[in-house]
This record gives sequence, C-alpha cells and structure tokens, in this order.
Amino acid sequence: MNKYISIAIALFASVSIAYGQANISPAKAQSEKIIIMGATVHTGDGKVIPNGYVIFEKGKITGVGDATVVKFALTDAKVITANGKHIYPGFISPVTELGLVEIESVKATIDHSELGDMNAHIRALIAYNTDSKIPATLRSNGILMAQITPQGGTISGSSSVVQLDAWNWEDAAIKKEDAMHISWPASPRGRGGFGGLRGMTPGGADPNERTQNAIADLNTFFNEAKIYAETKQTVTNARLAAMKGLFNGSQKLFIAADSQKDIIAAVNFAKNFGITPVIVGGDEAYLVTDFLKANNIIVVVKTPHSLPTNVDDDVNMPYKNVAKLHNAGVTVVISYASSDGFWRQRSLPFVAGTASAWGISKEEALKAITLNAAKAMGIDKTTGSIEIGKDATLFISAGDALDMIGNKVEQAFIQGRNINLDNLHKQLDKKFSDKYGIK
Amino acid sequence: MKKILLTLTLVFSTAFLFAQQTYPVNGSYDVRPGLYAFTNANIVVNANQTISNGVLLIKDKTIQSVGTGTTIPKGYVVIDLKGKYIYPSLIDAFTGYGIPEAPRGAAAGFAGFGRPFVFTSTKKGAYSWNESIRPETEVRSIFTIDNKKADDMRKAGFGSVNAINRDGIARGTSAAVTLGDSRENEVMLNDQTAANYSFNRGTSTNNYPSSLMGSISLLRQTYLDAAWYKGQKEEYNISLEQFNKQQSLPQIFEADGWANILRVDRIAKEFGKQFIIKSTGDEYQRIDAVKATGASLIIPINFPKAFDVEDPIEAGNLSLTQLKGWELAPTNPGVLEKAGVKFALTTFGLDAPRDFWANIQQAIANGLTEKQALIAVTETPAAMLGISDKVGSLEKGKVANFLITSDNIFKTGNIIFENWVQGKRFVVNKMDVTDLRGTYSLNIDGIGATTLKITGTGGGSIAAIERLGADSVKTNATFTRNGDWVTITFNLKKNPSGDIRLSGYLTGNSPLAFNGSVFVNSNATGNWSGSLKEAAKEMPKRDEPAKPNATKGPLVYPFIAFGNSTLPEQETVLLKNATVWTNEKEGILQNADVLLEGGKIKAVGKNLSAGTAKVIDATGKHITAGIIDEHSHIAGTGGINEGGQSNSAEVRIGDIINSEDINIYRQLAGGVTSSQILHGSANSIGGQSQLIKLRWGKLPEELKFAGADGFIKFALGENVKQSSSQTNSRFPSTRMGVEQVFVDAFTRAREYENALKVKGNNVRRDLELDALVEILNNKRFITCHSYVQSEINMLIHVADSLGFKINTFTHILEGYKVADKMKAHGISASTFSDWWAYKMEVQEAIPYNGKIMHNVGITTAFNSDDAEMARRLNQEAGKSVLYGGLSEEEALKLVTINPAKILHIDNKVGSLKAGKDADVVVWSANPLSIYAKAEKTFVDGISYWDIDRDAQVQVAQKNEKARIIQKLVESKSAGARTQRPTAQVAPRLYHCEFEEDYWAEINKTEMEGVHNHE
Repeated sequence: MNKYISIAIALFASVSIAYGQANISPAKAQSEKIIIMGATVHTGDGKVIPNGYVIFEKGKITGVGDATVVKFALTDAKVITANGKHIYPGFISPVTELGLVEIESVKATIDHSELGDMNAHIRALIAYNTDSKIPATLRSNGILMAQITPQGGTISGSSSVVQLDAWNWEDAAIKKEDAMHISWPASPRGRGGFGGLRGMTPGGADPNERTQNAIADLNTFFNEAKIYAETKQTVTNARLAAMKGLFNGSQKLFIAADSQKDIIAAVNFAKNFGITPVIVGGDEAYLVTDFLKANNIIVVVKTPHSLPTNVDDDVNMPYKNVAKLHNAGVTVVISYASSDGFWRQRSLPFVAGTASAWGISKEEALKAITLNAAKAMGIDKTTGSIEIGKDATLFISAGDALDMIGNKVEQAFIQGRNINLDNLHKQLDKKFSDKYGIK
Repeated sequence: MKKILLTLTLVFSTAFLFAQQTYPVNGSYDVRPGLYAFTNANIVVNANQTISNGVLLIKDKTIQSVGTGTTIPKGYVVIDLKGKYIYPSLIDAFTGYGIPEAPRGAAAGFAGFGRPFVFTSTKKGAYSWNESIRPETEVRSIFTIDNKKADDMRKAGFGSVNAINRDGIARGTSAAVTLGDSRENEVMLNDQTAANYSFNRGTSTNNYPSSLMGSISLLRQTYLDAAWYKGQKEEYNISLEQFNKQQSLPQIFEADGWANILRVDRIAKEFGKQFIIKSTGDEYQRIDAVKATGASLIIPINFPKAFDVEDPIEAGNLSLTQLKGWELAPTNPGVLEKAGVKFALTTFGLDAPRDFWANIQQAIANGLTEKQALIAVTETPAAMLGISDKVGSLEKGKVANFLITSDNIFKTGNIIFENWVQGKRFVVNKMDVTDLRGTYSLNIDGIGATTLKITGTGGGSIAAIERLGADSVKTNATFTRNGDWVTITFNLKKNPSGDIRLSGYLTGNSPLAFNGSVFVNSNATGNWSGSLKEAAKEMPKRDEPAKPNATKGPLVYPFIAFGNSTLPEQETVLLKNATVWTNEKEGILQNADVLLEGGKIKAVGKNLSAGTAKVIDATGKHITAGIIDEHSHIAGTGGINEGGQSNSAEVRIGDIINSEDINIYRQLAGGVTSSQILHGSANSIGGQSQLIKLRWGKLPEELKFAGADGFIKFALGENVKQSSSQTNSRFPSTRMGVEQVFVDAFTRAREYENALKVKGNNVRRDLELDALVEILNNKRFITCHSYVQSEINMLIHVADSLGFKINTFTHILEGYKVADKMKAHGISASTFSDWWAYKMEVQEAIPYNGKIMHNVGITTAFNSDDAEMARRLNQEAGKSVLYGGLSEEEALKLVTINPAKILHIDNKVGSLKAGKDADVVVWSANPLSIYAKAEKTFVDGISYWDIDRDAQVQVAQKNEKARIIQKLVESKSAGARTQRPTAQVAPRLYHCEFEEDYWAEINKTEMEGVHNHE
C-alpha cells in the first residue's frame, strides 16, 4: 500500500515542475503500464465501479474492475492512487468548430464556413489548428476528443474526430471524415417580420416553395452521387466523389433539423438512400420519439443551456429535453453547439450535469457525452468507454466531473499518454497572482 | 343670443352660395339650388335622439331643418324615405387620407448595416437639428383629394376624416376634411385640428434616435428646447416656433399598445399636457392603467382574423397570446366603454374600410353598446377635432353630411343606400329597385316548364331553377341583375346538356313578368318568358338571435404564457429546517428556518415559531437570498442601445421597461429576483440604467426597484469605436478618441453646471448634461463596460482628472491585470465567470479573473448580459470554485450580496437578515451545484415562482389553448375569415453588444405589411 502511494506523489511532483512553462507540448507515447487504483470508475457505458481499478498499457486499456476483489502485482507498473476520486472516459465534444476559429469576431481567424451549397468535398480536418489556445482549456475540464465540423451550405462537408493533444491535424485525427453534415432546408414557421426569420430567407419566393426546391436539389445531388459511387466514371467530380462513404457505410450522415416535420422528412430522405442518419439539433425531437426510436435514430441535442424555442414552452424545456428523449428510448448525444460553440465546449460536462439534474441518471448523462457520442461518430469500437481493448483516453477528477463544484481534473490520458493540463488561462492566472502576491 | 347666431349662420350660408369660390370655370357655370327634402324617415339626430317619420331639409351644403310635420317649401326635390333611416355620416379621427405616401425607403431600406451616418438634419431651411422633429409640416398645405380612397370610405359610411401626416416624432398639424370630391378649398372643415406626435422616427435620415428610448428623450428635450426658445435671441428655429404655437391645439399621439399609452402619459404628466392617444386596441389587457391616464383614445377595430387550425402542427405554433388575443380583442371597445374611457373608433388598420361594419358588429356582440358605437364614430371624433359645430349630428346649420340606410345602421343586413357629403349625393346601393323576390313560372323554348325562385338581398340576388315533369331536376343558378335586365345561368346536365343562359328584361310590374332570349352554350336557341306565381313571403322580422354570450377565458397578467389570472399575494411563510446561506456573519446555517412576513424577512434562525405563518417543510433544501443580476438586458423594448450619438446620457431604460417579457418568468425560475437593466454598449456614454425587481405580472412602473440610486452605462473598446463596421464615421474610431469623448463630455458638463448656477441665465436645459452633472455630484453612478487593461486605466485617469468616480467596471475581463488600481480607487467589478474568445479584446480573458479581483479585495460580482445564462447565475458562481477555488460561501456572494453592494442596495437585499426584503430562493440542492433547481422564488414575500405551481399552470394553459383552438374550428365552420397560423415572432433577445436601428426595422416591417408592436 505504502509503496504505490509514494509513487503517486512522486508523479504529481514531476507534473507540476515540468508543466509550468509557456509552451505546452503534446505528451509522449505511453512508455510503461499504468494502474489507477481505488477510484470510482465511471465506465461510460452506464456502469459505476465504486472502488475500482483501471490498467492500461501501450495506449490501450488492459484491465478494469473492482479493486476490492482482485489482486495483482504492482511492481511492473506506475501506480496512481486515486482513492475517493473519479475516473471518466474522455469526454467527446460533438459537432464543434473547435480549432476552426480562434476569435469569433475576427474574420481572418474563422475557417468553418465555406462558400457554396453542396460542399460535400469540404474537409474540416485540414483546417483544424492544433496550435489554437482553446483545446487546452477544454482538456483541463476532461474534454479529450472532438468532432471538428464544418458549417455553411446545405451540405457543409465532412467532419473528423480528433484527440486534443497533438502536434498537427494528422496525428490529431482519430477518425478522418467520420461524418457528412447537412443542414436540412427548414420549413418556414413564422412569416418573418420584425425580429423574425426575415434575415434567413432571402429572395422574394414563397418560403414554402423555396424549401421544397432546396429539398429537391438535395435529392438530385444524392441521386447523382449514388450513381456516381456505383458506376465507373470518366469525368471526376470531387463533390460527388466525396459522397461515396455515405453509400458504402464508411461515413455517417449528420442532418441538422429542428421542427418535427423537418426531422421526419430528413430521416425519411436518408432512409431512401439506405442511410440511417444522426439528427442534430432536434428541438422538437421530443414530439416524435416513437418515430425516432423505430428508426434507431441517434439525436445530438443542442446544449441544454438554451432558452426554450417558444414563449409558451415549459421554461425548463431545454433542461428536460435529454430526459424526454432518453426516457422514450431514443439514444441521445449532448453537444455544446451554439453561436460560440468552440470555447464554450469546456462547459460540456456541466450541460450533461444539467440533463441529469432534470431527469436522467448521472451515468446516462455521462454516456451522452462519451459512448453515445462515439456511437454516433462510428468510433465506439475503439473509444468512448472504459473497456478492455479500447483506447486509454480517460481522466481522473477529484470530484463529480459533471458538476462545476466537483470537476477538478488532476490527470488525463489520451491513448495512454499522460497529457499536460496547463493552458493559457492557468498561466495568466499564475502570472498575475504572483504580481499581487495572492494565491 | 341664440337667434343672432342662427341668423348669422343663415347669412353666412347664403353668402357662401353666391361667393362660392375663387376658381374660374372652364365653360358655363352650373350652379344648382341644391334643395332637397327627405321625408318619412327615421332620423337619428344623434346617439340620444331619433325622430320617427321626420323630414330633413337641406339647401346646398347645409342642413336647413330637421323635424316632424315640416311644411316643405316649393322648389325642393322630395325624396320619400318611408321606413328608412337617416344618420349623420361617420367621422374617422385618424387617417392618412390625402397625404402622399412618405418615401420610407430612405430610412427603412438601410436597416442594419451600411446605413450612412447622418448626424444632423439635411433638410433645407432653418429647422430643427433633427428631421424627426417637424412640427412645421401642415397637412392643409400638402393635402390632395384622393377620390379612390374617399369612395372606399364613403361606401363604408364615412363623411369626414382627420388627415394626418404620419411621419416623424413631432409631425405638425392635421386637418379635418369632408370626403367630398370637389376641390381642396371646399372640403376643409378645420385646417388645424391638432398637433400630432409619435415615437417613430419616420422618414428622417438622421441616425438619432435609433431606439424607442431615444425617441422619448428627443421629445422630452424638444419640450425643454421650445420653452427655452421663447426667451432667447441667439437662434431662429422654425420648428421650435411652430412647436410652441401648436401647444394650444388638441394634441394627438400615435402610440402602439397600452404600454406606449402609459409612456405617453408619463410625458404628458411631466410637461402638463393631455394627449388624445391613438392606440392599437389592446387596452383591455390593462384597462385600469389605461383608464388612470385620463386620456381620450382613438382605437382601431382591426380584430385578429381567426386562425386556420386545420393542421394541428401549425396550430401548435400559436401562442397563448395569439389565441387569447383573438378571443378577447373584440371585447376591447366594450371594455373601454364600461370603464368610462372616452374613445373614438377608427378604420385605421383595417384591410379595407368596408370591414368596419363586420368588426363593429363583432364589438357590439362583445359588449359595446350601439349607442356608444355611434358616439364613437360621430360625436366623439367631432369633438376631438373641433368640428362639432359642423358635423357629427343632424342639426340645422350643420354640414349636410348624412347617410340613408335601410335599417338600424348596426343591424346585420342593413344596407347603406346613399352617403351625402356636403349636400352631394353618393349612391352606395341603389335605393329604388324593384323587389324581384318570389317564385316564377317560366316557359323556355326547348326546355319546357320550369320554376324560378329568386331570393336574397337587395330585391333579389340568388336564384334556383327547378324543372318539373319527366327530366325533373333542381339546380342553383347564377343570377345577375342590371336595373331591369336580368341574366340567369344554370346547367341541367342533360336535355339539353351545357350551360343555359336566360337573358331578359322586366315587362310588367303587376304581376312581375319577364321576356327574353335563351342561349345554350352561347348559341341562341329561342325565347323565354316568365311571370310571378307567388311573391316571396315577408319573413317575419325577427330580432337577431342574441349571440350566445360565449365563454371567454380570463385575462392573464402579463398577457402571455405563464401569466396569472390573479396575481399571487404576499404571504407570511415559515421555511423550515433547511440549509440557510445567510451571507451574513452567521455563515451557512444547518437545519435553520427563515420567516417571511409583510414582504420582509422577519427572522432567520433555528426553531423559529410559526405563529400564523404558513409552514413549508424545507428539509434537505437550501435557502439563499434572491440572485441579483448586475448586468441584464431583459424586460426592455424598442432597442437597448441608442447608438445614434457617442453620448446619449439623456436616454433612460426606465422609459422602456417591458413587463410582458417571458424572460422575467424564466429568470425567476432560476432564482433571480432583481436585475439591473442596462443600456447597451454601442456608444461611450450610453443611457441611464433601471434597476427592477422581477415582479411577474405587474405593470412596468411597478417593476422598478423603489428608492435605489440611479446608474448610467458607459462603454469602452471595440463596440464604441464600431470595430465591426467597415465604414464607421461616428466619432470615435479608436480608443484614443474614446478618451476624448469623456474629457469633452465632462468638461462641458462642468461648464453647464456653473452656467446654471448664475441667476437670470436662460440656460437651455440639456438632459444629456443633466445626467453628467448628476455623476459629478455623486448622484448618479457609473457602470462601465470595459475589457482591456489600457482602457480601464485610461478611464480611471480621466475620472481622477475631471473629478468623478467610477462605481463599477462591468465585463472587466482584464480586471485581473489592473486589480490593484481598481482596488485603490474603490471600484467594483461585475464580470463573467468564464467567457472569452468571442472577440479580439477578450483574447486574454480568463476564468480566474473573478477570483483574482476578489482576492485582491475588490467587490466582485458575476453577471449575465444574457437572458439564458441569467437563469443559471448560481451555477456560474459555482464555476469560481472550479476556477480559482473560492469557498462556497464566498462563491454564492458573487451573485447575491456583492452585486447588491455594487448597486447600493445591500441594505435592502442580498442576504438573509431580519428586516431585509423577503427576496428569497428555495433550492433543491447546494445552489452552486449543477444539480440545483430553484423550487420557489419569493420577491417581497410573494411567491412568483413555484416549481409545482408551474406544472399546474402548464396543464391549465394547455387546456385553455385547446379550448380556444376548438372555438377556432367552430368559427371556421361558421364561415369566419381565417389566417394561416404563424408562429409568433420571437421577442428579440438583447445583450449589450446588440445594436439595431429599431425604427428602421419597424418602418421596413410596416412597409412589408407585417405588424408587430413589441
């Protein structure tokens, strides 16, 4: 017992010395086996092991279980004692422009929306800036992976899933081009007017007709893309070629749709092409849960920290939304998509906490930012939960990581690499606290 | 005396006849005597007097006599009106009749970005600096007769109108005219009926005012300028001169909605005015407050059309406000009558004047009396416009403006036959048509014996054909009639197949008989004849079935979802056995009680005795003081920024408080009890702040936090230098210029203050400088939006050098870099927990900012500036535990007692202490935790939020909506005109970065025909 406590202390000391510098380097590959003992292990698939252990080696989890009933040698490994603490799988931030924008109001730093309408060939990954100051502020709250997603147009292009401790986008990538993203042409709700939708529907045509035309265009594009994928081509079309993965199942289809009519239309559209889509946004998904459940649709909800869509809605509707869907049997992923959804991702754990406060268990809420997210992105075979054989992407928090008064990430590992938890904010804090001589 | 007057009138009218006009005639003069006698009529002299079997004599344009048993002198054309009615023709006190459409494009087309910056008036001549102050505009000089519109109005029964140039804030004088078709010189009834006003900037190209509060301030300043103008010799100003002259006229104010009626009334009280207010017909929602203004109103009756709710999903988009508004709007005139408010009715806002009758009948079915209805379109508008001596009733000497109708004018089925304007006849519906109604035997070549039945109104308008015998068939026919000619079209399917058209004319009256030609598929095939077999049976006159007094839902306050039909009351409550966060030296008490009584906290402690109090078991709960949001932009209307100038110290958020904002309720659900509503950050010196309590359901004035110090918003950095604009031409454009805005403003304020102190000086009162003088004298306090350390340091130096204090830096995301300086100057900080990266000046904003400032000893608060985040300020405070390790007790203070201190209200709110206001929240868990829910929120001891009651309200309002939707279904089956249900336009959410040109958007919207007043 004494032995591994002292090892752990030594480890902490080295962390604080090594990391107090301006440059934050990505961590080196895991060189030795690590065993974390005594913590409450939240596996991410709904289970909790109150006094558990996790073992990982060469970046992969090799053991997880109840620490009170197993015995094994601690000599060939680094042992971290985490009694009273919590272990979580790394949180996954879905549908985010993280790394595609640095300062929201400065155009030169914005790389998330391309011109054009059918931008299937656009790839977010290559613009993902690993040197952005923002990912480090997410890691320190437990967000270790993100789905970097383009915006704009009807078809926005492909996202990729990255881990947040990398030298460049190439080694950041966990799954390249995991999903194609579509903004479903929304059926008009209001007739516009002051403060209404006027700005969103330019042109003089009837909004209904405009929507129908946009859907028809999308349908044509999909039809052509499908044939393009199935037959040999003499002329290359990058847009159509980029759609191939959707038809052979190697790429997911994410469709943003909010109203119940649009959600049903979007799902039926995809099914026509043999695709099971993921619905993003889904404000009114709770009104069509039977349909979603019957079609095995995963819904990526907007942040529960939103205002209700309508004046008449339950004032706590966005808080309860996840529970309404989950309790009706729909698989839910929680996102922090909003107008400034990049830096705010660091609060992703807390919006999951909110979902729990308003109707689901903490473990289900956790699942919505780990395993469910991994499923939606098609990476659940390798990550998203603490299971043997999966990536050792996980972290230790002193308290309940879904609560701001509990979240305190002490150590985090991405594919077994013990990453640096420092960031710009901690550095500035230190600089000025030192100036005033305060703690 | 009376005799003399009458004589004078006669002499005048005689003289009028001979010296009619200055206009020469191209051709022979055609002057007719214009002598008419209308006999045997029911003459409605006015709403109180009807003469049966009366005689009306008119001579040219004037009524000569009204009475019974009148001997008709020779030379009169006699019109027998047996059984018919004569009414004074109607008057509309609020129209744009005869005024050229203002080219609003200039102001509206540039809504939003790219609008050129026009600081002062570009109008030629010695007028006001601001183009929206245009009292020099006179309708009498720009009015032209518009025969098309006049015809529409005449057909609806109107004989005269007030013509208003609806453009600008001070709009100049209106004129009352008849709807005659002669010449501008002849239709004028009163060339200056009233001075007109509104809050809408109109076509003015000036940037200022860009908001409702800016308009209110400009009007207020104009009253002061006009008063100053009288006693000065420095300036010649046509606008101010006219403004002063017009103060003796009636004052008409166009204000949309009851909340604006209250705003107008506040100006009226401030400057000793009484306005006639043209509103929008929602007064029933707050009738007591409207009545209390004492203002007379001009109200429209453009009630919402029924929503088409066939598609339940679309129907689901309808809000409680829309549904209840549809149900209750028609009660408005009746409600006003019952309350004793004097009002005129206007056609303004109707799709077409002809809709007036259907709607007025709806109003009558909903409580308006016929008598009051008549008064509201005759006597009242006449009196408002100063034309009672000419129109509004049928009396000797008045203008011969009257209607001839078939029946009581308010009765369904009444027909307006003729509308006489200034003694000239305009036929609306032909009076003497032969009544063709009845059953006829027809003989049609090639078809045989058939029966024709003519029914309907106006002597026959509907026809049906029945063939007897072998190919017996019954069908409806199309029936058209032009004088004595008729055309009847029908189709018998076979023998012959094809359309059959009977074209013919009346050949005899007794019995009625026709002759004519037959066409089958447009080929002439022979002749037809017919004769009356049986006259239509006179339907026994039955009174209109009394419309079932259909149940209506109650009013709710505010008039939106979650409004209460009865306001919750102050309670005496003992909250028992909770964890109590006192924010006092007692710290956090376990198993303690809080007693609320008379709106105050009576006691905090263990084992308090309940007495008469209602006991609420709060075991396992946490109790805190209500959350105070130091930086909020909810509950405002008409724009939260007045960005038209760099200094708008004169504008007041207090002028534009909106009590109907759903965010008040949503934030109560997050434990917020008080909010400082701030002007935005579009300019260096913004506007005066308003502290409110979230008293859901009360009136705007009742939300205000009584006895609190006044604050004002300042701003620095990117917003005030208009960084997001490519073409900024408003000074300043750099942080360097921002400094000089403050130096200049406070230097001028000091000089102004000194000038005011000199006796006998006619110093122009300047509301902008008044506010700055208050700051210099520590009577108003600064909340300054700020980000980077350089600008923070700058303002501290400017304040030191010009002798004013900075109370609060808000946002202050680099406060951690200058915390020592702020501490030394006693400046407080109100910041965000963890915002950054949204703009250049927050690239070094850190979540440890609050902690550092707090630890340096600055009074530090976390605020929202965001309607969503304000609902979770407790959890934002919790983030200070994560980022910086504050103790939980200190963390909670960031959103309770600390903002109270910053706002100088810590003697009233912010902690749980006997004697303080009972603004208290009961939480389900540790309030800093993400798992905490506000279960009860008390303001002044009144439970405005209760999570259980909310659940009941949701069910009740769902049922209420279902009830009204069912009523809509029935209404549609009964043939009501419908509109497609469209989701109510979401209220705009303001945060301080948000800049808009409210008036440009409103005017653009109005041009597009979409009306939305909030």
